[in-house]
Amino acid sequence: MYRYDDFDDAFVRTRVAQFRGQVERRIDGSLTEDEFKPLRLMNGLYLQLHAYMLRVAIPYGTLRAEQMRQLGMIAERWDEGYGHFTTRQNIQFNWPKLKDVPDILEALADVEMHAIQTSGNTIRNVTADHFAGAAADEIEDPRPAAELLRQWSTDHPEFQFLPRKFKIAITGSPNDRAVVKAHDIGLRMIRNEAGEPGFEVLVGGGLGRTPMIGKVIRDFLPKEDLLPYCEAIVATYNLLGRRDNKYKARIKITVHENGIDTFRDLVEQKFIETRAAFGGADQELLREIEAAFAPPAFRAVDTAPFEAAREADPVFRAWADTNLAEHKDAGHAIVTISLKKPGATPGDATAEQMRVMADLADKYSYGELRVSHEQNIILPHVAKDDLPALHDALKSVELATANLGLVSDIIACPGMDYCALATARSIPIAQEIAERFEELKLEHEIGELKLKISGCINACGHHHVGHIGILGLDRAGVENYQITLGGDATETAAIGERAGPGFPAEEIVGAIERLVLGYLDVREGPEETFLQAYRRLGPDPFKAALYPDTKDAA
Amino acid sequence: MSRRFTPKVVTANALLEGDAVWLRADGGWSRDMHDAQLFEEEELANEALRHALAQPDLVVGAYLADAKAGPEGPVPTHFREDFRTRGPSNYHLGKQAEA
Ligand code: SF4
Repeated sequence: MYRYDDFDDAFVRTRVAQFRGQVERRIDGSLTEDEFKPLRLMNGLYLQLHAYMLRVAIPYGTLRAEQMRQLGMIAERWDEGYGHFTTRQNIQFNWPKLKDVPDILEALADVEMHAIQTSGNTIRNVTADHFAGAAADEIEDPRPAAELLRQWSTDHPEFQFLPRKFKIAITGSPNDRAVVKAHDIGLRMIRNEAGEPGFEVLVGGGLGRTPMIGKVIRDFLPKEDLLPYCEAIVATYNLLGRRDNKYKARIKITVHENGIDTFRDLVEQKFIETRAAFGGADQELLREIEAAFAPPAFRAVDTAPFEAAREADPVFRAWADTNLAEHKDAGHAIVTISLKKPGATPGDATAEQMRVMADLADKYSYGELRVSHEQNIILPHVAKDDLPALHDALKSVELATANLGLVSDIIACPGMDYCALATARSIPIAQEIAERFEELKLEHEIGELKLKISGCINACGHHHVGHIGILGLDRAGVENYQITLGGDATETAAIGERAGPGFPAEEIVGAIERLVLGYLDVREGPEETFLQAYRRLGPDPFKAALYPDTKDAA
Repeated sequence: MSRRFTPKVVTANALLEGDAVWLRADGGWSRDMHDAQLFEEEELANEALRHALAQPDLVVGAYLADAKAGPEGPVPTHFREDFRTRGPSNYHLGKQAEA
């Protein structure tokens, strides 16, 4: 697996030492908060409602077992015994004390991790498909390209002062699990007619205040042109993007205002220059990175014990049928560990759970784990004959919930339980909805349903692309929840449409229940998902279920 | 044009612990909102805020928050400020666990 080179390690250690000095000077009063704040933000340290919060980067969501073990150690030693995995494939610690933060950063550096955020208006951490390097439908592992992009964009002299922050997502499979259409640049790997791998390139996607689906700027980009083409896009945006209004500065507005065709023409012109300038120099580096990402040697597996266990144990079968995904090696499976036990906080894992997941990764997944933007943990390479033992081990620490992709597998941002920007809470709404459907025992019958909750318009909970989205707002001093319908985060991405007036906190769970039961009434059969039914029928029957009293008036 | 002034307290986060604190009448800080001084007059509130902002070695991000008088001292009027007196709703952590 890819490891830091010496330069990276020295860089991270130097930054920790610098930050230790800065924290000391902040505590003794020689640095004011105005001076200190940009320094702490650069090191991933935020001040939230009740405490400091440390956000630790997990590049392209990939973790080694020893790293997960260290995260558990940090949670136990310096925090309140848990951590929160986010939709940006990060982990957040919610209760660090200022004086302890340098020690935490030191402990992270020991396992080649850091909390350095490329903050400001620069190119941020690249996110990737959480099944990278394992999925059966994958053309190639996207992480070498993601790492190449990371190295290219880090301290890129021309791109330190972009009009606004810039996010790139990449998937190595035509089936998009990385929400690439909601990023400034989205890269979706496909094959051309000759069968060669390359990227469909999208620009101008994004959620937040003005949600937009990315537009195709290049149908097919040969792999070796990735950096020069991305450089051409960012350079074009750097010139054209608006700097007069923060809310109009993202590339989505630039593309929207200029039109994709004009924007494409400018990028293609620039690309002639950038391609000549690169001259393929980055390809050698890419090959080195690719070698470092070589998959483990998968052992030969007899799948009979797995099939037998599946037949014999209905609990195991429910879990296997729900939480496993197809691996490129037929003897292995991709296991998703749900962090969404009904009633639990979506994305939270205790120190003990982190330790157990690390041990299980060592024992059953060649030492590898992934973090998904859907706030679950993945063991990417599990031999099928190990699955029954793995399932038993997960059960003992409440990590065997069989709900992947179902209504209780909810994405929820921290909302006003932690976040200083929030307009309402998200977590208790997620907990109550999951518990309600647990009681109804309908979850598996309902089938695939993506419910996503954000605690403010910034949309960290991706509510716009939920089949059902919930946005928490402050309406005249009361928490109020607005529902959107028909969003989609995959390669058929769509922004959900507002269903109507919002609901107060005590009514939102009942409203969601009516909505989902209403879907069961109108679907053609169990194979028609909520989203498919919505696309076939339009919003009316769903609105009627949500607002039964106003049916006649509307 | 001028909106009627509603009573306020001065609040901030503690520098070292990061938790919510409120300004007392004696100029010190308390972790319990009931100890806060409630300002009924805008000018006095602004003056107290200036005092708070001049203590960057103790607190971070001081601001005026709406409040009203309660039986044991000032209480919040908005849910955000109410949460700050307690802690998160998903775990028994923060102020609610210290009491
Ligand atoms: S969506 Fe809003 S409330 Fe939720 S984490 Fe993002 S900024 Fe905070």
